[in-house]
Amino acid sequence: MKRIQVVLLFLLVAFTLAAPAQERLRLATTTSTENSGLLTVLNPPFEKQYGIKVDVIAVGTGKALRLARNGDVDMVLVHAPEAELKFVNEGYGIDRQPVMHNDFVLLGPPSDPAGVRQADVPSTAMEKIAGSTAGFISRGDDSGTHKKELALWAAAGIEPGGGWYLAAGQGMGAALKISDDKQAYTLADRGTYLAYKDKIDLVVVFQGAEELFNPYHIILVNPGKHPHVKHERAQHYSDFIRSDKGQAIIGGFRVSEEQLFHPDAVQHGE
Amino acid sequence: MDYFLQAFQQAFALIFSLDGEVYAVAWTSVRISLTAVFFAALIGVPLGLLVSFKRFTGKAFLRQILNTLMALPTVVVGLLLYGLLTRQGPMGDWGILYTPVAIIIGQCVLILPIIWNLSISAADSADPRLAATCRALGASEFQQGLVFLKEVRFALMAALVTGFGRAIGEVGIAMMLGGNIEGFTRTMTTAIALETMKGEFEFALALGMLLLLVAFLVNALLQYAQRLDQ
Repeated sequence: MKRIQVVLLFLLVAFTLAAPAQERLRLATTTSTENSGLLTVLNPPFEKQYGIKVDVIAVGTGKALRLARNGDVDMVLVHAPEAELKFVNEGYGIDRQPVMHNDFVLLGPPSDPAGVRQADVPSTAMEKIAGSTAGFISRGDDSGTHKKELALWAAAGIEPGGGWYLAAGQGMGAALKISDDKQAYTLADRGTYLAYKDKIDLVVVFQGAEELFNPYHIILVNPGKHPHVKHERAQHYSDFIRSDKGQAIIGGFRVSEEQLFHPDAVQHGE
Repeated sequence: MDYFLQAFQQAFALIFSLDGEVYAVAWTSVRISLTAVFFAALIGVPLGLLVSFKRFTGKAFLRQILNTLMALPTVVVGLLLYGLLTRQGPMGDWGILYTPVAIIIGQCVLILPIIWNLSISAADSADPRLAATCRALGASEFQQGLVFLKEVRFALMAALVTGFGRAIGEVGIAMMLGGNIEGFTRTMTTAIALETMKGEFEFALALGMLLLLVAFLVNALLQYAQRLDQ
């Protein structure tokens, strides 16, 4: 008889699984927007206004676009312009719109053994790092940051490789920790760097160049390719984060009293 | 040592803060893994008894396959099921990718070989006279199964507990098929992975301790049920 009680317990658990029906919307985005905490302040007002719950799937830009291509999400918020344009040109994405930007920074040991601080343009900075004894840690994970890094090497005419170049194959946080352990140079988005600032010794050795600009776009999955996507809800979300209200939230978001993201939609006009 | 001290402090703080979010994540983990165990047992235990009762060619090979599948990497299960559940896949229309149901299916696949295999061993471990008696009394296979279910229930429970342990501690499937969506498919393990990625190592370790505590409570509950049974 007691056995029946155990079975009942299992059944009870099984039936509690019935999830409450709610309108949902799926956003694939990069770890940088999610981990910084921006979406936890940006999404609730939207969810309240429209009664739609936003399911955030935070992955690298490469994987986010892949999920969108397969129709597993309704929209993406990513930062890899070239891959984004390819995604749109192939017909998977529509209505690509600028939302905000932040920037990348080159980090290195405080002693700056490669002398990157003296560089005035990114290509010089990359040249100094290439072949330096300190070395460089690459994300190596097809993320937006990784793509940006490869573009910087290409612009400097350098083919990265050899003993000084290590591909971590991990997220930004892990890559920062590895760089810090090895006292090597690395490229990071400012948001993640600020979040880690107190935990690592690395300092900014190069910043501010236009080439390090990191724009985020929202792209809706083409309902022509994937009829099941919640296009209308995705459109509401896109409109919301680019509205005055959404842009004000983005511009007002602070981490350690520093502004992380600069709104791009309002100044470009609706 | 600060590292461990901080982790311990945070673990205590987590448990006693009654933070709804943390409890919701723990509950998500428990209910997903228990449900996975339930369905894996529903399939695996009868299959295990059946394999134990029958003599057939290829039985040793089947055991070998099951032994191998017990080493199935979680990410591989995730990748296989992603291929089936994605909108482009054969079961894409179900729309269950990135829901708790997808994780349950994944964990079920993961632990089915374990429960199946250990159920065979459990039934094999019964007194050999039991099967002979059943047959002599003219019991059908189903009736024999019921007798064994009662007779080797403790060994079967051990199979379920092992399966539960594997399910609640895995991260690959929950991440790949659940997507770590806050308040929906975030489990204890994906939360740990996330906090680790964010560099919140102490908090991640604290969550790990909470996971062990939750697993301990569930196992204690099962043992209690077993004791009532004795």
